[in-house]
Amino acid sequence: MADVVLKNIKKSFGNVDVIKGVDLDIKDGEFTVFVGPSGCGKSTLLRMIAGLEDISDGDMFIGDTRVNTVAPKDRGVAMVFQSYAIFPHMTVRENIGFGLTIAKTPKAEKDAKVAEAARILQMEHLLDRRPSQLSGGQRQRVAIGRAITRKPEVFLFDEPLSNLDAALRMDMRMEIGKLHQQLGATMIYVTHDQVEAMTLADKIVVLKDGAVMQAGAPMDLYHNPDNLFVAGFLGAPSMNFLIVDVIALTDDHAHVHSPVLGDITIATKGRQFTVGQQATLGLRPQHLSYVEATTAQLSGHVTLTERLGSETVINATLSDGTTLIAAIAEDQEFRVGAEIGLRFDTTKAHLFPELPTTTGAAH
Amino acid sequence: MNTLSHDNHGLRLFVRYLVLTLIAAIFVFPLVFMVMSSLKPSQQLLIDSGSLRAFLPVGDISLNNYTMAFDRAPVALFVANSLFITGTTVILSLFVCSLAGFSIAILSWRGKAFVLSAILATLTVPFETIAVPLLLMSSKLPWIGMDGLEVGWLNSYRVQIIPFIADGLTIFLFVQYFRDIPSDLVEAARAEGASWSQVYSKVLMPLSGPIIATAAILKFLVMYNQYLWPLMVVQEEGYRPVLVGLQYFFQLNTAWGEIMAYLSMITVPVLVFYLFLQRAFIASIASTGVKG
Repeated sequence: MADVVLKNIKKSFGNVDVIKGVDLDIKDGEFTVFVGPSGCGKSTLLRMIAGLEDISDGDMFIGDTRVNTVAPKDRGVAMVFQSYAIFPHMTVRENIGFGLTIAKTPKAEKDAKVAEAARILQMEHLLDRRPSQLSGGQRQRVAIGRAITRKPEVFLFDEPLSNLDAALRMDMRMEIGKLHQQLGATMIYVTHDQVEAMTLADKIVVLKDGAVMQAGAPMDLYHNPDNLFVAGFLGAPSMNFLIVDVIALTDDHAHVHSPVLGDITIATKGRQFTVGQQATLGLRPQHLSYVEATTAQLSGHVTLTERLGSETVINATLSDGTTLIAAIAEDQEFRVGAEIGLRFDTTKAHLFPELPTTTGAAH
Repeated sequence: MNTLSHDNHGLRLFVRYLVLTLIAAIFVFPLVFMVMSSLKPSQQLLIDSGSLRAFLPVGDISLNNYTMAFDRAPVALFVANSLFITGTTVILSLFVCSLAGFSIAILSWRGKAFVLSAILATLTVPFETIAVPLLLMSSKLPWIGMDGLEVGWLNSYRVQIIPFIADGLTIFLFVQYFRDIPSDLVEAARAEGASWSQVYSKVLMPLSGPIIATAAILKFLVMYNQYLWPLMVVQEEGYRPVLVGLQYFFQLNTAWGEIMAYLSMITVPVLVFYLFLQRAFIASIASTGVKG
């Protein structure tokens, strides 16, 4: 078991900087998820921890050892690949025991460890099959089994579930969660799926363009996003953004105005604003509630509804053309075109000094 | 509707098989001619060759040509020489060229693109252009033999084997095949602690059956058909391969029946070898570009 510490880690391919100085402290036994859009560098960062990519600059420690130049096999890590990367010419047993065979582990010990991994992953009956005779989920289990047998200090998962169908993905997600509890090992997991990130992680690291946008417990990030990007990336449906004008400031509150909203007061949560600037008001769809037009803070027309049974997702267009998404926590029928009034609790709203860009928050 | 499409399907299948049969016949006829002619006396063989009888076992059929061929030339020795030279070259070539391919396709080192270009450039040089310089060089190369240091490789097996172990085409085949193997497999093996030589021997080579078969067949054919080079470097009968042995039948009077018998005999090892690797050879051609 080991901590993983990254100090100002950088990676460049030629002139292109893909990782721009990442500092991270991953505690022993912690389940950390790297999440971010495609091309944000999350897989590169994982591969650098695995030792499959060189580190251009900075220091990386696993346990007490600086591992910048240590070979992958000597880092005490095991990696599970998106493509499973199990060897097609070997049986499941040989695949799971591959690392032990390479390490010349005595046969009895190897057999015991393979059997143990198979038991944990409930695949004892598959041991003599070849990968071509397995389903996607079973192949993924083999890949995880291979990682378990070497008893690594750190498990690395590179989008392990993205090739599975939705139902299987949910099962495997729970199994990986269980595995973490069972083994208590440090796990680092890369995904672009925020549901996986939210459900599995002790700590989420949100990356964008090779830099950490925010790192912390899932609920911290969800309730207190540091910036517009994290606010927009986590949560489904995405947070709504309204452009507002800052008209007055007190110590910890800002009075803001927008034509569709009128005047409201929002906590600044330590962020710096100046009077007269434009700012972004962030409202989670789940924090909007449906009310009579007379008491509404925002009103518009329904343009689309999605009834999911447990909740109803409404797209509404406000008078200035802005689209808002509201997730109403019950099944309710709305007619497209109907007028709708919405309210929100201002203590749950967020105010950001930056403005959304087309490539920014919403994804 | 159903019957119609069924008939249509049957007709198409018939036409397809007809075309395939014709193409197969074109390739098989020379072989049939060779085997049939080997059973006939030279005189009758020449007369028959003007008609379809050339392909039929008719007339004065016997195995006389075969016994005569054995009398005229040490057939068994030549076949054994060829099999030894070919077999050794194929095995060494697969090993050396796959290692070269591994190095170029999998390892990263400065200048490998240039090295690969240089290797590919050798494909454009015909053997005839380097035959004479190679002969001169071979005659001066040292060798540690039974009696200590010798000079000159002429009249030996090694001169027929060593120059042909590494070749551009085989290296290129391995480079291409290894490049198509998903890099995750190599990385997974590395992460599990495998050394580069273990990645080569435990992951890449076991997955390379089809390309090994292809390279082996191509190399086998080239080596078994060697004529010019052994003619230049081997004067002693003891080291001669099969095709050079063919000369024995052109001396004094040309006995066509015996030539056909000799050719039939020396074709057998090629057919056996091909049939042995056929499945993998076809799989390799069929799966070109398909990831392992």
